[in-house]
Amino acid sequence: MHKKFLPLYVTCSLFALLFAAGAVQFENFGSLRVFMNLFTDNAFLIIAAIGMTFVILSGGIDLSVGSTIALSGVIISVLMQNYGWHPLPAFALVLVLGTLFGASMGAIIHYYQLQPFIVTLAGMFFARGLSSVISEESVPIMHSFYDDVAMFGFELPGGAWLGSSTIIALVVLALAIWLANFTRLGGRVYGLGGDAQSAALMGVPIARTTISVYALSSFMAALAGIVFSFYTFSGYSLAAVGVELDAIAAVVIGGTLLTGGYGYVLGTLFGVLIMGVVQTYISFDGTLSSWWTKIVIGLLLFVFIALQRYLVGRGQKSR
Amino acid sequence: MNYQNLSPQLRRSIWPVAGLLVLLLTNVLIAPEFFSIEIKDGRLYGSLIDVLNRAAPVALLAIGMTLVIATGGVDLSVGSVMAIAGAVSAGLIVSGVDSVFLVIGGGLLAGLAAGFVNGFLVGYFGIQPIVATLILMVAGRGVAQLINSGQIVTFHHEGFEFLGVGYLFGLPFPIILVIITFVLVQLLMRRTALGLFVEGVGANASASHYIGINDKLIKLMVYCLSGLCAALAGMIAAADIGGSDANNAGLWLELDAILAVVIGGASLMGGRFSLFLSIIGALIIQALTITIILSGVPPKFNLLIKAAAIIVILLLQSPEFRRQLGRIKQWRRA
Repeated sequence: MHKKFLPLYVTCSLFALLFAAGAVQFENFGSLRVFMNLFTDNAFLIIAAIGMTFVILSGGIDLSVGSTIALSGVIISVLMQNYGWHPLPAFALVLVLGTLFGASMGAIIHYYQLQPFIVTLAGMFFARGLSSVISEESVPIMHSFYDDVAMFGFELPGGAWLGSSTIIALVVLALAIWLANFTRLGGRVYGLGGDAQSAALMGVPIARTTISVYALSSFMAALAGIVFSFYTFSGYSLAAVGVELDAIAAVVIGGTLLTGGYGYVLGTLFGVLIMGVVQTYISFDGTLSSWWTKIVIGLLLFVFIALQRYLVGRGQKSR
Repeated sequence: MNYQNLSPQLRRSIWPVAGLLVLLLTNVLIAPEFFSIEIKDGRLYGSLIDVLNRAAPVALLAIGMTLVIATGGVDLSVGSVMAIAGAVSAGLIVSGVDSVFLVIGGGLLAGLAAGFVNGFLVGYFGIQPIVATLILMVAGRGVAQLINSGQIVTFHHEGFEFLGVGYLFGLPFPIILVIITFVLVQLLMRRTALGLFVEGVGANASASHYIGINDKLIKLMVYCLSGLCAALAGMIAAADIGGSDANNAGLWLELDAILAVVIGGASLMGGRFSLFLSIIGALIIQALTITIILSGVPPKFNLLIKAAAIIVILLLQSPEFRRQLGRIKQWRRA
């Protein structure tokens, strides 16, 4: 076993353990159907958390994710319902706007040397504010294209369903793994998060990398907003409140180091799945209340951060 | 008077104070009755008193947050801690505890415990503050729900409700509480060496460690203080509505508190701090909200304006942006 994959193994085993525990306790838990539902219900979170992974790998943080999801949903639904746009150009516009939004946050962070968390906090206010200015009420989406997309999918054995959202999330996952580990940008992101100064000395273009990372995160959030709208069939300015925290939690539980420079996109997928399993477990149980989800996620966060400290501390001593 | 000749302390306070004055004057221009204060039954009423009263919870949070930020940290959990403290107090009242001191003591103890957890993680575990306090921010609301088994508890308890709706010396009691807290913390920081230690830890934690400051303990202490301030704010909020709502009590107030400290001119990197300017920051946020309401701009623009305000303030604090501004000035003169 390679030592650098240890946190990834811990995350994957924890997921398997939780899923097995549920399967032993409840009759229908251990099925492909429940497993696939984890993807269907959390597809948007998987996409947003993958974007967040890149930001955290680079040593930053993006608090604007949740409100970017809401904003893209609101823009899409208003363009379609009030201006009669076809969904596809609306999607394209939202993705471009999202990328520009993230790029400007990245530019402010880099050129004015401001802390990522306060800049993206302002971005969070901005996106949330803009979406409530565009529409305060929830805008329903009615379009045959949406019905087609929502219906699209493949029947798997055991009544499981591989739907369009899951397919999008899996494609994004594959592309993100390629981007992180097999491209030049990926290497630069790891380098920037590991040690910005050394990275700069080794010729990593800090400005371009920082801006790309935040642009990517907001692009992913806008895409997550599109997938979220397949799920809710509406755009609402107060949707997806606090998703940024879920995304950060998923990244940390997925084994990515919060100080940057170390972690894997695949871990983030399992981070989301672990949170999904906890939620499913609680809803199967029926007697536990839903707020236990938050407490369990908080505890998991704590355990994984403590594990990170332990591993990092040991690494420094052995050096 | 030459701007350059002012003492550094005065120079730092000029911008926030001027900002507040401009906002207040704008309010008077829009609504002439803004400054009028009436006395009814020995109590003061008026828009200004209203601004002070509504700003009280954020001002309390800002006092704790100032110290945390001065050590180079940040406390994201204060909103959730407000919910926990409110839930504990409400739970105590509903379960038949009558003594005000026990009820308030219980709430404060909850805040202290939360602050201790944060401070321990940051100080002794060495976890980044954003992350350490994120844990309680996420889990805290769950804990608050758990305390009263997910119910929104309403109560009636005159002594406790005084915290939120009472009057003392003609002023709403929350204002008095802010003043008391401010004076106590200010004395603690400036009449002892603690304030210097806090600034030292924020400016350079390892250097402070080498000259013999117990930097871990200082960090633990500021998070505990922040927890206590959050508990007070949470109890005011609970007493104000006569109930505890774990989902909505203190929601997003951590952001307002951070914003108040930043408006007050503190650097997020840590170091020098001013409690007074942070409170001015809290007042500016509240006055801005009132300006938006008075000027007839629909409240849905609230967040957008706030976002613009943060960006402008952040940019003004950035040395690079000032250099660019300076270049523009030179270019125009030439």
